[in-house]
Amino acid sequence: MNPSAINAGDTAFMMIAAALVMFMTPGLALFYGGLVRSKNVLSTVVQSFFSLGVIGLMWVLYGYSIAFGPDMGGVIGNLSWAFLDGVGLEPSSTYATTVPHIVFCAFQLMFASITPALITGAFAERIKFSGFLLFTVLWTTFVYLPVCHWVWAADGWLLKLGALDFAGGTVIHLNSGMAALVAAIFIGKRKGYGRDSFLPHSLGMSVLGAGILWFGWFGFNAGSAGAANGVAGSAFFVTHIAAAAAMVSWVGAEWLLHGKPTALGAASGAVAGLVAITPASGFVGPMSAIIIGLVAGVLCYLAISLKSKFKYDDALDVVAVHGCGGTWGAIATGLFASKAINSAGADGLFFGNPKLVVIQLVGVLVTFAYSGILTWLILKITDKAVGFRVSEEDESVGLDLSQHNEVGYNL
Amino acid sequence: MKKIEAIIKPFKLDDVKDALNGLGITGMTISEVKGYGRQKGHKEMYRGAEYQVDFNPKIKIELVVRAEMVDKIVNAIRESALSGKIGDGKIFVLPVEEVVRVRTGERGEAAI
Repeated sequence: MNPSAINAGDTAFMMIAAALVMFMTPGLALFYGGLVRSKNVLSTVVQSFFSLGVIGLMWVLYGYSIAFGPDMGGVIGNLSWAFLDGVGLEPSSTYATTVPHIVFCAFQLMFASITPALITGAFAERIKFSGFLLFTVLWTTFVYLPVCHWVWAADGWLLKLGALDFAGGTVIHLNSGMAALVAAIFIGKRKGYGRDSFLPHSLGMSVLGAGILWFGWFGFNAGSAGAANGVAGSAFFVTHIAAAAAMVSWVGAEWLLHGKPTALGAASGAVAGLVAITPASGFVGPMSAIIIGLVAGVLCYLAISLKSKFKYDDALDVVAVHGCGGTWGAIATGLFASKAINSAGADGLFFGNPKLVVIQLVGVLVTFAYSGILTWLILKITDKAVGFRVSEEDESVGLDLSQHNEVGYNL
Repeated sequence: MKKIEAIIKPFKLDDVKDALNGLGITGMTISEVKGYGRQKGHKEMYRGAEYQVDFNPKIKIELVVRAEMVDKIVNAIRESALSGKIGDGKIFVLPVEEVVRVRTGERGEAAI
């Protein structure tokens, strides 16, 4: 490959997009951190933050190669790009072909980092740090990397089937949402669940975190175009519109059903809209984005009540926001995708191609099944190896003190 | 000498303080406390889940005064802390055996 194929504009754009996606992980840390009780704020924050550390190392050693390296049967990449062998300054012939390969690799690393961090909301306030760490390494290796390969690698079987996932609705959101459901059931309810009040200790922190997520999401979705082009611009715009629509519809729904509009509702609604537009962002126009967002806000809001109905303690509602929002987004992509927006995509049901919905559903169901089963196995192994849940006493004291020997607030 | 302890709604503190200052009191101590009486707690709503919060935030005012001032002060607190709604609080009056001013060692009413 000729190094002169590097496009300065695309390269600058992709590096900025990668940095934006990186910023989402500390944003998520704040979003989650504000929702827990003050005795668990640091443990919750550091679980997101530390993902940047551990996944960064994995990515260089073998992660990138398994996700995007030379294909083995459409299922997984081989290890020939381990230690980033051959991944350097020259563009890849396959991925983001106008930017240095190492920049595309960095961009994808940020996605891999935030995905296991999303799951931490499910087992917040009762997880051992060592359990979290081993789970994160195993889950990323055996769930994230293969699913990423299926959907985004050039020879991935879901991509070849025609499944569309522009920026990670399947790979990231419904994948982590399903893992969160299994993990919440596996670890069990927090001590005192149903009797004590689990009041968020700092909602201002959560709203700030949601704002940072929103900001970073421009890099997440627009950057997934792989170049600074029209599709990137369109993805940028619909990302914002879907978040706006979902914020309005979530707050509207809770105002109607419970009498008061809430700040947490506004923040959660925006995140739900961002999740839902993610797979569709490079394939749909602004009017479709409004519908996707409006539905996401109401749907995810209603999905919150599933945990009390089915009696699992998904502490920070990862299942409702990312699982449900991601699933809706994947299906909505099958409904609203249009070749008029992105000629490299496909038309959806509303543009005369019902087949796309079926393909999207296949992607959803296979990912549910794979993520669900593998997550359960990984949890079992983690529990045997280092233990997953803290002792009752450690849980009462709070994870900040019992796991980290520090506290979030010394007032 | 009597000690007056009043539990009031936090937003009434400034009104009560102004009313008491007009009566020539020499000092008071306040603290932020939580509790409930007949009002019970209140409800909070997070993502549609309703939580019963048993203890409401209140302000406790403590002051020690000469016995003959008690009626006037209790009335002033009652009038200035009144919103007419449930949860306005309570006033307790207790006997005080001794008061000592740390700086000078004065005792009794002179130390109030």
